[in-house]
Amino acid sequence: MTFATAALLIAEAAPPKLEDVAKAVADNTSSINMVWTLVAGFLVMFMQAGFAMVETGFTRAKNAAHTVSMNFMVYGVAMLAYWVLGFALQAGGVGPLSTLGGYDQMNRLFTVHLAGHDWGLFGMRGFFLTGVAYNASVFAYFLFQMVFMDTTATIPTGALAERWKFSAFCMFSLFVGGIIYPVFANWGWGGGWLSALGSNLGLGNGYVDFAGSGVVHLTGGTIALTTCWLLGARRGKFNKDGSPNAIPGHDIPMAMYGTFILCFGWFGFNAGSTLAGGDSRIGVIATNTMLAGAAGGISAMVYVWSKFGKPDPSMLANGTLAGLVAITAPCAFVSAPSAVIIGLVAGVLVCVAVSFVERKLKLDDPVGAISVHGFNGAWGLLSVGLFADGTYGAGLNGVTGNVAGLFHGNPGQLAAQCIGIVANLLWVGASSFAAWKIVGLVTDGHRVSAEVEEMGLDTPEMGVPAYPEQEGAPAAAPALQKVVA
Amino acid sequence: MKLVKAVIKPFKIDAVKEALSEVGTTGLTLTEVKGMGRQKGHTELYRGAEYTVDLLPKIKLEIVVADELVGRVVEAIMSAARTGSVGDGKIFILPVEEAIRVRTGERGETAV
Repeated sequence: MTFATAALLIAEAAPPKLEDVAKAVADNTSSINMVWTLVAGFLVMFMQAGFAMVETGFTRAKNAAHTVSMNFMVYGVAMLAYWVLGFALQAGGVGPLSTLGGYDQMNRLFTVHLAGHDWGLFGMRGFFLTGVAYNASVFAYFLFQMVFMDTTATIPTGALAERWKFSAFCMFSLFVGGIIYPVFANWGWGGGWLSALGSNLGLGNGYVDFAGSGVVHLTGGTIALTTCWLLGARRGKFNKDGSPNAIPGHDIPMAMYGTFILCFGWFGFNAGSTLAGGDSRIGVIATNTMLAGAAGGISAMVYVWSKFGKPDPSMLANGTLAGLVAITAPCAFVSAPSAVIIGLVAGVLVCVAVSFVERKLKLDDPVGAISVHGFNGAWGLLSVGLFADGTYGAGLNGVTGNVAGLFHGNPGQLAAQCIGIVANLLWVGASSFAAWKIVGLVTDGHRVSAEVEEMGLDTPEMGVPAYPEQEGAPAAAPALQKVVA
Repeated sequence: MKLVKAVIKPFKIDAVKEALSEVGTTGLTLTEVKGMGRQKGHTELYRGAEYTVDLLPKIKLEIVVADELVGRVVEAIMSAARTGSVGDGKIFILPVEEAIRVRTGERGETAV
């Protein structure tokens, strides 16, 4: 075919209409965004493996099968509670999913009218992902939001490890996935009252929490704080005079590999939270994320090395995670130097918090979950209100301007962030306290017996030790012995 | 005959074996043990909380030798196992009543 005939063929076809081109472009953008959101969600799902390795490595060998099983089952248990109830409470009133094709049927928000404004409390559509929720955009949105919720649900398992009944853990996780997390997530991300602080009261862009320093990590940290206090310390953790004893974890390398997996998954966590692969800001977000994590690890190393004489690997891991937790809220709104500063502060904060939780609060948190996720989740929220530089976020939460913090002339944003922290502590603290008490009635308390704790939870609770051939490992469960004999 | 028992730092075992073979000992028995001396171990910090490592890993050597070799054996172990810092270990010398080779039934120094 000559060039002339080819040109003739094109000329003979009807010229494409402008609206057809526009529709094709929009469809392509939605598809790119959907693929990006799903792939990022898959990365976040893989963080469950990281959490499992960190928490199991930081606990003792005699509880390893129990600890890793909690991390394993929280994925499915909390997910189904979220599918039945949680997702609808969180996202039932979220409105149009603008980056995922604009589907707008998730539109029922329970609101109260107060001081001349409507304030959302929870959503009411999408139970069981049926009805109007049976839609590809909504399903993709569910997957992405579900893996975030599961991150929260797996945080307390570390703080309560080595003494929490498995049955109580299973039931409690239903509450985390079904109610505790989703209600706060609605307030921050589902059109709820915290996100309306900007449009209703003029406080910056309202509560801004890009990928969940507050919604995910502070929530997990507050649950961990409340329940760790209710459950009490492991046997032998504190002496009679209240001084703490060290209980070293059994597999530091595993905990460090797990931390690396979390660093990897965090790219999905933060950059995926655009819900849009077509948003070039993902370049800024991903880079800020890696910078803050590195800075947290380094400042924690310098701090513990100078204070205690050696760079304790468990604190290197905690410091890196603290930097990642802290940058999660501000990652889209800050410059690279700000990201590094946020991470450096986080790395020191987590070390100070570990000592504070142990020596002042007298709480026994084997993996540092309260310090990493609670303290640094709050720090991440505050850092949006301090460092956001007004280069991104226009239109967020229905406010036209970009997100700017105190250092860029907007104290209102910092106020909104503080309200978010207080609201989180109150709601999550109270609801996890209530859920804890309800579960305790059903499971006859949350705590294993002193005898079980002493011999390790693996065999009495799970029926099999993690490392049966290890010297001193308890014998397999009596029931198993009977079958073999 | 004497039984020489030496508790030494694990990383010194190769040097001690070499020194003993130069003296001309014919065999040895080695056990991995844990123990403490006057320092009663030492303390470490984990996540800012102190813990004590009181029983440290050591190697225990047992060698049966003819009386006239004891001095040189002790000298060999001491020079090979010494680092000069605490925890270098101890040597104990005990009399041996009899030695019997299981395979042949030989008795006395020829059985060692």
